Amino acid sequence: MLYAIVFLPLLGALIAGFFGRLLGDRGAQVVTCGFMLVSMVLGWIAFQDVALAGNARTVELFTWLSSGDLQASWALKFDTLTAVMVIVVTTVSAMVHVYSIGYMSHDHSIPRFMAYLSFFTFAMLMLVTADNLIQMFFGWEGVGVASYLLIGFWFHKPTANAAAIKAFLVNRVGDFGFALGIFGTFLLFDTIHLDTIFQMVASKQNVSISFLGGEFHALTVLCLLLFIGAMGKSAQLGLHTWLPDAMEGPTPVSALIHAATMVTAGVFMVARLSPMMEYSETALAVITIVGAATAFFAATIGMTQTDIKRVIAYSTCSQLGYMFFALGVSAYSAAIFHLMTHAFFKALLFLGAGSVIHAMSDEQDMRKMGGIYRKIPFTYAMMWIGSLALAGVPFFAGFYSKDMILEAAYAAQSNLGYFAFWMGIAAALMTAFYSWRLLIVTFHGSPRASAEVMSHVHESPLVMTIPLLVLAVGAVFAGWLGYNTFVGDGMDAFWGSAILVLEGHNTVKAAHHVPTWVKLLPIFVGIAGIALAYWIYMLRPGTADKIVAAFRPVCSFFLNKWYFDELYDWLFVRPALRLGRIFWKTGDGDIIDGYGPDGVSAAARFLAGRAAVLQSGYVYHYAFAMLIGVVVILSWYLIFHGG
Amino acid sequence: MIADWPLLSLVTFLPLVGAALILLTRGDADVVARNARYVALWTSLVTFAVSLLVWGNFDNREAGFQMVEQVDWIASGQIGYKVGVDGISVFFVLLSTLLTPICILSAWDAIKVRVKEYMIAFLVLETLMVGMFCALDILVFYIFFEAVLIPMFLIIGIWGGPRRVYAAFKFFLYTLAGSVLMLVAILTMYFQAGTTDIPTLMQIGLFGADLQTWLWLAFFASFAVKVPMWPVHTWLPDAHVEAPTAGSVILAGVLLKMGGYGFLRFSIPMFPLASAEFAPLVFALSVVAIIYTSLVALAQSDMKKMIAYSSVAHMGFVTIGAFTLTEQGIQGSIFQMLSHGVVSGALFLCVGVIYDRIHSREISDYGGLVSRMPRYALFFMLFMMASVGLPGTSGFVGEFLILMAAFEVSTWLAVLATTGVVLGATYMLWLYRRVIFGVLEKDNLKAILDLSPREIAIFAPLIVLVLWMGIYPAPFLDAMAASVEQLIANYQTALADAGVTVAER
Repeated sequence: MLYAIVFLPLLGALIAGFFGRLLGDRGAQVVTCGFMLVSMVLGWIAFQDVALAGNARTVELFTWLSSGDLQASWALKFDTLTAVMVIVVTTVSAMVHVYSIGYMSHDHSIPRFMAYLSFFTFAMLMLVTADNLIQMFFGWEGVGVASYLLIGFWFHKPTANAAAIKAFLVNRVGDFGFALGIFGTFLLFDTIHLDTIFQMVASKQNVSISFLGGEFHALTVLCLLLFIGAMGKSAQLGLHTWLPDAMEGPTPVSALIHAATMVTAGVFMVARLSPMMEYSETALAVITIVGAATAFFAATIGMTQTDIKRVIAYSTCSQLGYMFFALGVSAYSAAIFHLMTHAFFKALLFLGAGSVIHAMSDEQDMRKMGGIYRKIPFTYAMMWIGSLALAGVPFFAGFYSKDMILEAAYAAQSNLGYFAFWMGIAAALMTAFYSWRLLIVTFHGSPRASAEVMSHVHESPLVMTIPLLVLAVGAVFAGWLGYNTFVGDGMDAFWGSAILVLEGHNTVKAAHHVPTWVKLLPIFVGIAGIALAYWIYMLRPGTADKIVAAFRPVCSFFLNKWYFDELYDWLFVRPALRLGRIFWKTGDGDIIDGYGPDGVSAAARFLAGRAAVLQSGYVYHYAFAMLIGVVVILSWYLIFHGG
Repeated sequence: MIADWPLLSLVTFLPLVGAALILLTRGDADVVARNARYVALWTSLVTFAVSLLVWGNFDNREAGFQMVEQVDWIASGQIGYKVGVDGISVFFVLLSTLLTPICILSAWDAIKVRVKEYMIAFLVLETLMVGMFCALDILVFYIFFEAVLIPMFLIIGIWGGPRRVYAAFKFFLYTLAGSVLMLVAILTMYFQAGTTDIPTLMQIGLFGADLQTWLWLAFFASFAVKVPMWPVHTWLPDAHVEAPTAGSVILAGVLLKMGGYGFLRFSIPMFPLASAEFAPLVFALSVVAIIYTSLVALAQSDMKKMIAYSSVAHMGFVTIGAFTLTEQGIQGSIFQMLSHGVVSGALFLCVGVIYDRIHSREISDYGGLVSRMPRYALFFMLFMMASVGLPGTSGFVGEFLILMAAFEVSTWLAVLATTGVVLGATYMLWLYRRVIFGVLEKDNLKAILDLSPREIAIFAPLIVLVLWMGIYPAPFLDAMAASVEQLIANYQTALADAGVTVAER
């Protein structure tokens, strides 16, 4: 069964990819969706067995790498953490597969699209079921490739190609850290097998390592390096620039990869490595700061964007920030809980946005929408549910998980915890604000699209609305159902040994005893944000423009995404190209070849020319030369031998 | 039974038989050309089949040389024809025999003039390459090592592009300049040890520390050019650009490996003290090569030149791995060479495919090929991903093992070398995007055809290998393990004997 969960998507991808022409569009869809749905059902059964009944286990396939002490196998490790990830991945993926049948119906290469989606799912499952760091890295890079292929799916669009490459490269920068982290781990532990590392970690807690010339606490160095990988994949501040651009891909891709699953891989990785992270206060502090800063920073940008998908993308970035600072304060279970609820409501929002885009004839700019809520009421309702969950309105999924994170941050009782808490509160206010800004601008007001477009606005077909409904069920109930098991009384039994929290770090337990105002504040700011958006965009249209005019520098700073792209372009891209040219033309051309082969041959030609001149043919030239020679030899003999 | 056959000599000299047959063909030019092609193809295929027997007979547990054959030649017991393989060399033999039929097949239609001579050149080249990897006598090795230059020089000089003469001479002089010093070193070794038998020369403590330094440098001069290491790499881009496709494949696939193989066969086991002393130099040059040539690759507008520069960067990993002198490092180094042989060979074939159609290597002359050539796009994608070291492809295994070993030696080394992984992805993805993706706008591309069955047959074995080596590399790594372990053990003994403290690894 465990094999089937992971390998059915691969099989689907191979069949659709290689026999797509034979099967036709319909055949490819049936095969991939069918396999994916089976995988989902089995995933839920596995969850029941592994997480709820407590039968964690690992099945080994065969040896992958074996060189000296380095041993790595292909293996499927199923514990609670994996099982949670598996249900998230398979469920969202299955829904996205089905949804794509409708969304991509006008596309020319449907089998290719379905194959990529299934391949992505396979890679993601390999990532979450890894029992060693290298297999995790395999999945990690595999999802990166799938993401690259899917972002650039419409390969005729230059922007899509650019976004695809950017996504891959920024992730590579993260992977650079991840890879170094793996090397360091192997150096320290002599193994990259997770369970073995976790057993040894306590004995290595005081070891130091020399890194780039300095002596540092070994686990801190490793955790930080590994965290760089997580930052890349999960689009955290500094390495986030690829995520908004990734919206160039088809919307189902954004929902699956750039909201629900791949971008949460970083969160998963840190949680998976909790036994290592726990021993490094510094690493946890860095994770907290980066997470909190990202939550705040991305939300500020989210308020100003006008592309419906980019708003949601920044929102994803911001929510990932929440998960990270939860990890940073050792509230791993809360982070994973939020990961799960977020997967449902964010996928719902994206697919809902896709439904809107589909209805608006591929328009993504919110400024060209408006006045369509009566025409697509179902999508409208779904977007409401997603937004309610995202804003953390009571009894929707986000309410349980997000509040838990904020409470845990407060309960950490440290300056960093308070910093994260207040950043999170500020971001929560902005989250609610931009969510309702999106709802109102997109659906209400007077129609701003052309009459032609407006006449085509239609509700999506069933094959698209049913997945929305399934996800909506998750967005409504996942928090309420999961609260007790994930972060409540049942958590110890549920997580078992999948997550390690040291004594004194137990913020999740402490979170249940925070002051009442801490519990109420997130709800309050959420509602305040919604009210503010209503006031600005619904009741007083035009206010927005006035605010923008009044705070022009700040707004344009946010609108231009804090100028990160420009900074990186100036800092890395241009110098690399310029250096490349200099090395090529000056280094290789002028210096190495100039003084090397070309120089030598020029010199040889020159000398040969001179030598040729000597052979003038005049006897007196030769006689003169001989005379000089005789003189030289004679004097040499007299000086050294004669005396 | 089969074990008693002189398998290695058979693999080495079979191609010569084929070459002789081709030489004998007479008659109408077309008929000769066709016969030459078929004879060459069948000869190389049979040779490959025989070389598979070598692998089949190979005993993974044995660290020393296997299938040894010996014939006295110049002086009894001192200089003789002696061949054999161990875990370090066996796969290079296979790599040579695999790539030759692929090269011959790739030149099927592309080479139209002097087909007979071309095929002979390739078969002779195969003999020389295989002979070099099998040789267990340093003089025999030297002869093969140098003789390889001749057919390659002719292949570039006769069937090459417009600047072929410049490139051929540059290639020849560069490599010859290095080898002259090696010859001097070989003579010195002979006078010192009284034999040219490689296993004997590998015995610990044969050469004093000072002598080792000089010998090491002399060998280094030769091998560094072959690898090629920075700054003696500039012959490679020119040679690649001008060489015909099959020439590039062999050049990148096998000839570059002669340097790396030389380090592992001679420099490290015979001059361990000098190797330890000079390892930092090798690391420094390799790191420069990785970063420098990756950046240069980024600036290229010629596809072949870009892949040539990327080869220099990839070979930088190889030299790092070899001189880390850890099991992961050396196994990674060998594996990286094999993988690079397959992948860069395949990439040059990919360029060859479109060059045959459009006759341009300029990146800007292409764009949007995926719409007309989906199969080609898929294959190219796979090889590109292998080139950037994606896990699950062959490129990952070697690179990862090498970097892992590098981290143990020095974190700086690992950090700097790992940047090559990021840069490598940059230029390859950019290349792919400009050639394959985008809208197909150029008129001369509108009728371009996807891969023919012959071309698919060329790529198929390479694809299988890339995935096999990536997903289940154990058969390769296991075969290397014993010999590599012994190499490291001897190295450490040598250092211990000399009183050098081996740094705690």
